Parts: sequence; structure tokens; C-alpha cells
Amino acid sequence: MTHDEIVAAVNRVLVEEFELAAADIRPDARLRDDLGLDSLDAVDLVVSLEQTFGGRVAEGEARKVRTVGDVYALVQNTIADYASRTASSGS
Amino acid sequence: MTARTRRADGAHRVVVTGMGIVSPLGNDLGRVTQALREGTSGVRLMPEWRKIDGLYACLAAPAAPGLDPQVIPRPFRRSMGPQALFAALAARDAVADAGLDEARLCSGTVGVSIGSTMGSPEALTAFFRHLIGSSSLRGIKSTAFLQTMAHTCAANVAILFGITGRLIAPVSACTSGSQGVGAAFEAVRHGLQDAMICGGADEAHFIAAGTFDIVGGASRREDPSATPRPFDADRDGLVVGEGSGVLVLESLEHAAARGARIHAEIVGYATNCDGAHMSQPQQSGSEACMRQALRDAGIAATDVHYINAHATATPIGDSIEASATAAVFGDRVPVSSAKGQTGHTLGACGALETIFTVLMMQQGFIAATRNLDRIDPACGGIQHVQRTRPATIRVALNNNFAFGGVNTSIVLRAFEG
Repeated sequence: MTHDEIVAAVNRVLVEEFELAAADIRPDARLRDDLGLDSLDAVDLVVSLEQTFGGRVAEGEARKVRTVGDVYALVQNTIADYASRTASSGS
Repeated sequence: MTARTRRADGAHRVVVTGMGIVSPLGNDLGRVTQALREGTSGVRLMPEWRKIDGLYACLAAPAAPGLDPQVIPRPFRRSMGPQALFAALAARDAVADAGLDEARLCSGTVGVSIGSTMGSPEALTAFFRHLIGSSSLRGIKSTAFLQTMAHTCAANVAILFGITGRLIAPVSACTSGSQGVGAAFEAVRHGLQDAMICGGADEAHFIAAGTFDIVGGASRREDPSATPRPFDADRDGLVVGEGSGVLVLESLEHAAARGARIHAEIVGYATNCDGAHMSQPQQSGSEACMRQALRDAGIAATDVHYINAHATATPIGDSIEASATAAVFGDRVPVSSAKGQTGHTLGACGALETIFTVLMMQQGFIAATRNLDRIDPACGGIQHVQRTRPATIRVALNNNFAFGGVNTSIVLRAFEG
């Protein structure tokens, strides 16, 4: 997936599932302080991302996410990691 | 003031200052009153249920259209399955109707007492379908448990309003709502809370229909206009319905001090169980409950003007209830069941039917039992209402019964000061 495709897909999750205003979703927006997401939302965001993109988000990596931009990067890394593991397993 | 707001024994008088409703007959008090008058049915065909092997029931009474879940902000709504959403919407209307402000709601002097048969059946089904299908917990959202836990309705309503008083969640199937009202009544009567937001909620889910179908208690008719048929000689079982009834109960002292409008007074309540059989009610238990409620209210059977029956249209339940009612009241008091119109709304019915009774008391009529064309002789001995008629109801009784032999009776009186 291209970076733009990842951005569009992540933003769609934030708007449709978390009912955030599209105008508020900027790469530097902080999930907790600017967008009002809490600990339960953080768990559910990971679940939604895994369902949307496949693969598994590493728990340690998820805990470091603070901004929307961090989410894009997390997805990018997760997809890359998933692709390389899938390729190396020969499937 | 003190003598007027308390009973002779010092207990607080308890009044209804707010009502909110989600039901197959409508989602506002005006529409529901009209539907009760007109005898309309909220029952419809559920074509999607035909896909479920072993389920013969194909009718249900879903909540009336027009609900807007979006009025509940997402941070509160995310932990609500359909039944908790019904409770939240009904509670919102009840609190607005009562005019309770945020300061009072959060003060610790207001509590919640709302029940349901279980956590959300829809959320439970999704949870287990996922778990059994994938043998994995991955993909399950954090809020799944919050929707499926048994006290989901009470907890969601408490958090929606910032309630810091007591939280009670009666889980007793068809008496969940009436026990919700009863527990609230007792809390206010004994001065433990100034006000309680109370009632019940439930979903019309195929699990509920199936539960009754398996034991031969669900109607297998396919004409939605002709079933259920409480007390009728041709009844063949219940139809599952859904919704929520929420009431605000307050001490008269508290209500009067803030100039609240009063809908009615609850003057007595009793609950007991039969201790005999899981699904077959016992006349002795139901009868004892009604007598206890009248004693609690200090009211004689001869002073009751209307009885709202539980009567779900099961062959055995209706006849046992009729016999118990006849033993206490004879045929002096008009009796009707709303379930011919709403189906059996399960955990919601005790609260919904308390609200229906208050509406009839306020508007001066008794709604007939819909589909009661030919009274079953086994349900004789009581005064059935087959045509809706004007009536002055000063004192009324609302009865409900549940699996496990649970019985409840709520005594209502028109508020006259």
C-alpha cells in the first residue's frame, strides 16, 4: 500500500468508527489530548487496524503511539513486517 | 409538610415524576397512549428468523421506528448493545420529563435501578460466534464485555448521567423491570436515596424466542395481527417484544421542594417467589404476592379499580394468573394485558406496563386485551376487558411474573396531594 492509501484507510477508521470530524484529523493531532480518545479506544483502534490491514500490531509498538502520524507509521511498519514474514514463510 | 410527605409509619411517600419509553407501540408517551387507546399491534413478521433451524416462532414486536442512537454521544454509546441503548434513550426522556438537573443527578442522592434478562443478546451472539468460529480472542473489541455484562443497562445509564448514588441491576428475566421499579421504590421510601432512575430493558432476539419455543411457550402463528392472544381460548404462546421503560421515582418531599410535576404515586410493592418450578407458575405464590402488595399499600382489594396483568398468552401462565387474581379480587376489578399489542418485552415489561398503567390512570381509560375474542374458561373468574373503555382509575395494580417463579406486584395511586 502507498502512504496515501494508508492515510486514507486510517482516517476512514477514525471518522467512521470513532466518529471524529475529518477536519480534526491531522498528522500532529494527539489521540488523547486533541481527539479525546481514551484507553478503551486505544485498544479498539488496534483491533480495527488489524482487521483493516491484516497482520498483528506489536503491543509494545502500539503503546508508543501518541499522534495520528504515529498511527500511520505504526500501520506502515506492521504491513511491512507482515509482508516480509508472509513472504519468508513461502505463503 | 412532614406529615403530608410521610406515611404514618414515617416512611417517605414515593411519587413518579418522570417517564421515558422505547416500545413496539412508539417511543414517546403521546404516541403510546394513542396506541393503547386504539389497540394497535406492534407485532410483525421476522423473515430472517426463518433461517434458524429449530425455531418455529417467526414473529416479534421490535421497537417502533424513529430511534436516533446518535443523540447519545459515542463515548457513552460505544459500551451499549441495543438493550442498553433503549434504556439510555428512555432514561434520557424520563430525566428530561422529571426536570432533574445535572447537579442533582451527580449529587449522590440519586441512584439507578435498571434490569434486563441478561447482557445484550445481540452482543453475546456476536462475541461467541467470533470466539467459536475463530478459536481466538483477536478481533474482539474492549467494549464487547461492557455490552454483554448483566448490569450493562444500569451501568451505562449511571455513567451517562454521572450518577453517584446506588446502582442496582435486577436480573430476573420477565420481572427485571418491575423489580427495578420495586427496588427503587424501597430505596426512596426508606430515605436511602432522594430519587431513583428505574426500570428495565430488553431486545427481541431469536435467543429469547427460541428459549420459549423450545419449552412450547412461543406462538407459532404467522399472522402478526392475530397473536399473541392473552387469556384467549385459542392462544398458543407468547411473541417476544423489545424496548425499555424508565421511570423517575422521588420522595414526595424532594419532588414538592423543587416543584416537580407528579404523574402518580406508588403506594405499595411486593415481590416473592414460588419456590416450586422453573417455568410453571404457582397460584399460591402469585396470590400471596398480590395480597402482600395490598397490605404494604394499606389498601383493600375492594379499593382497586384496575389490574394490569402479566398475561403473556402462554396456555398455562395465563390460567394460573387468572385463578390467582380471581382468588384475591373476584370479578370486581377490570383486568387487561397489554401484551396482545406489545408482545412480551421481557426485562422491559414490568416497567413498560407500569408506565402504561400510569398513562391509563392519567387519561381515564382502560385499554382492552387485544386478540381476546373468546375468553378461555380456564381464565374465567375475573373481569376481562375486551373493549377499550373510559374509566376512572384511582388505584391500580401491575403484576408481573418470571421463570424461576418470581412474582412482583406494584400498587399505584393517582396523586391527589
